Amino acid sequence: MRFMFKTDYEDDIKLFPHGGYIVTYGILLAFLAVAPFVLSSYLVSQLVFVFIYATVGVGLMILTGFTGQASLGHAAFLAIGAYTAAYLQQYNVPFPVYFLVAGVLTGAVGAMVGFPALRLQGIYLVIATISFAFIIEEILARWESVTNGNEGMRVKALQFLGATVSRDSPSFYFICLAVLVLTIVGTLNLLRSPTGRAFVAIRDSETAARSMGVNVSLYKVKSFAISATITGFAGVLFAHKLSFISPEMFTLQLSIEFIIVILIGGAFSPHGAVLGAIFIVMIDPFLTYLKDDVPGMVAGVAATFGAGAEMAAKIKANVAAFASANGLKGAIYGIIIVLFVLFEPLGLYGRWLKIKLFFQLFPLYKRATFKRQKIYVKSERNR
Amino acid sequence: MLDFVQQLVSGIALGCVYGLIALGFVLVYKATEVVNFAQGDLMMLGGFFAFTFIGILGLNYWIGFAGAVVAMALFGMLAERVVVRPILGYPQFSIIMATIGLGYFLRSIAGIIWGTDDLKIETPFSQGVLRIGSLVLAYDKLSVIAATVILCALLYLFFNRTTLGTAMRASSENMLAAYYMGIPVKRVVSIVWAISAAVATAAGVLLAPITFIHSNVGLVLGLKAFPAAVLGGFGSIPGAVVGGVLIGVIESMAGFYLPQGWKDVAPYIVLLMVLLLKPEGLFGHHARKKV
Repeated sequence: MRFMFKTDYEDDIKLFPHGGYIVTYGILLAFLAVAPFVLSSYLVSQLVFVFIYATVGVGLMILTGFTGQASLGHAAFLAIGAYTAAYLQQYNVPFPVYFLVAGVLTGAVGAMVGFPALRLQGIYLVIATISFAFIIEEILARWESVTNGNEGMRVKALQFLGATVSRDSPSFYFICLAVLVLTIVGTLNLLRSPTGRAFVAIRDSETAARSMGVNVSLYKVKSFAISATITGFAGVLFAHKLSFISPEMFTLQLSIEFIIVILIGGAFSPHGAVLGAIFIVMIDPFLTYLKDDVPGMVAGVAATFGAGAEMAAKIKANVAAFASANGLKGAIYGIIIVLFVLFEPLGLYGRWLKIKLFFQLFPLYKRATFKRQKIYVKSERNR
Repeated sequence: MLDFVQQLVSGIALGCVYGLIALGFVLVYKATEVVNFAQGDLMMLGGFFAFTFIGILGLNYWIGFAGAVVAMALFGMLAERVVVRPILGYPQFSIIMATIGLGYFLRSIAGIIWGTDDLKIETPFSQGVLRIGSLVLAYDKLSVIAATVILCALLYLFFNRTTLGTAMRASSENMLAAYYMGIPVKRVVSIVWAISAAVATAAGVLLAPITFIHSNVGLVLGLKAFPAAVLGGFGSIPGAVVGGVLIGVIESMAGFYLPQGWKDVAPYIVLLMVLLLKPEGLFGHHARKKV
């Protein structure tokens, strides 16, 4: 059991509350640094996707988790970043330049979305962001002179410091890792600054924040802009990783996936974005694995419980038929979302905190510590 | 001129489709302040139920229709009990996510059970057209318009004139206070989900000759019906239908008069503009929070 005495404000906002953090994150970083040289190329490629999704997740978290503004339009921000990169690359603009331009442009668009969003609440904001995403998707499909329409655009390998960085190389992996780490550190710093405090105040109660002197409109637009900028950066990496982009990649489905990232990870800490990204990237290979291996395993279990060889074969065939049914993935997706909302509203990171607290307080842990408060007087119309 | 009228009428017919689905959204929202993203998928499931009763079991159209409505009303209650009730009273965003998850689940289960082909139901309205002068109107579209008007009127009366309707409005305004006043809030919510699933089923069956039934129909139409509900101001029953008709007319006009590509985005552009000017939609009411 560790006792932490905080004697002034500086203690309260330290990035690393105690030495243990430096050790654990150091070990994690060391592991990630050697990962591309020891893991299979497939896993490394999946890790790169985890980094990109986590970057978007952190961006979305600033908006949804900390400022309390829901968005189902982040695929559009990703698309703007990706298309800016692909377009500027044709004119031999160097990587650092178009990387920054993509971020700034996406941020500007984000601020533009933020202005109308000032007047909208809850569900109206959700539908406004969905509409925005649809409009962007259609523009990408129709503005053929710039985006090449539905044919999509090829994205050449990344050129950095005179070297060509292919999308499967360790260097690309490190670029993505660096972007993610910088994003997370930047976000943590933002959150302990006055701006971050204002965001959280707006999330908790807009009226209270306003009466404390927080310029709600300004900070909402800022939040949109920052969130969009980060997503735009991720979009550049996304374009390079896929090496081909077309409008139908940036649909509502992708926006929902981003929301799932922070929902499953836990929307109140960057840890959550990373855990959620791992989850969403790894669920596909996991389901494929289930499809291939589970029928055999079930048949094996049936055999040990005394089923005949014929019976076992039949069970195996049935399970295999069920597992390869078209669209089973969607059902599993749906069940997972519902289960998380119902039973683990704080996400994977929340579960980790609970486990940690359980051992810290052992044997005095009580479940009510993390119980959510129900607000029955909740008419969001009267906010 | 004739083109214009024809476009207008087909826009209204299309809009009534959206309005019919939007009614379901509005019902649930009006009574519980829950936004049900799975509404379109309830409609899709209702269509499949009706197909099973009519197309596979060979029942009479009206009996099959009624059977599907009853079955889906029960299913709506079940969905409410399992997915929504445990999280009632928590932030709206969790509930939205839960219904999105429910939608995913229903879509893929329907795809597994009924396959991925477009299915069709034989209805009394499938054939025949009504001619007024040189204007041509198909019966299946007329049936949708008629049903929308009737359902809208019935639901409006139900909410404003009956005790149960008043109870629903009360529990939406303030759940706890309604409970203290002796309103069985849980049962009210359950009933509202049943009604909304039943309305969705009616929409699904009436749409079957026009859009056919496949597992994604709910998603596609739901995404159009959703702006319709928002445009009308989410809590207003006539608003939903007016919003739906507006979206339908805009879509069909944009498809006819504007270059290709505008048809799909025009409703969203109009929606954004309306939200900018009137953030509560056209018929929504705005109340200030008292601190």
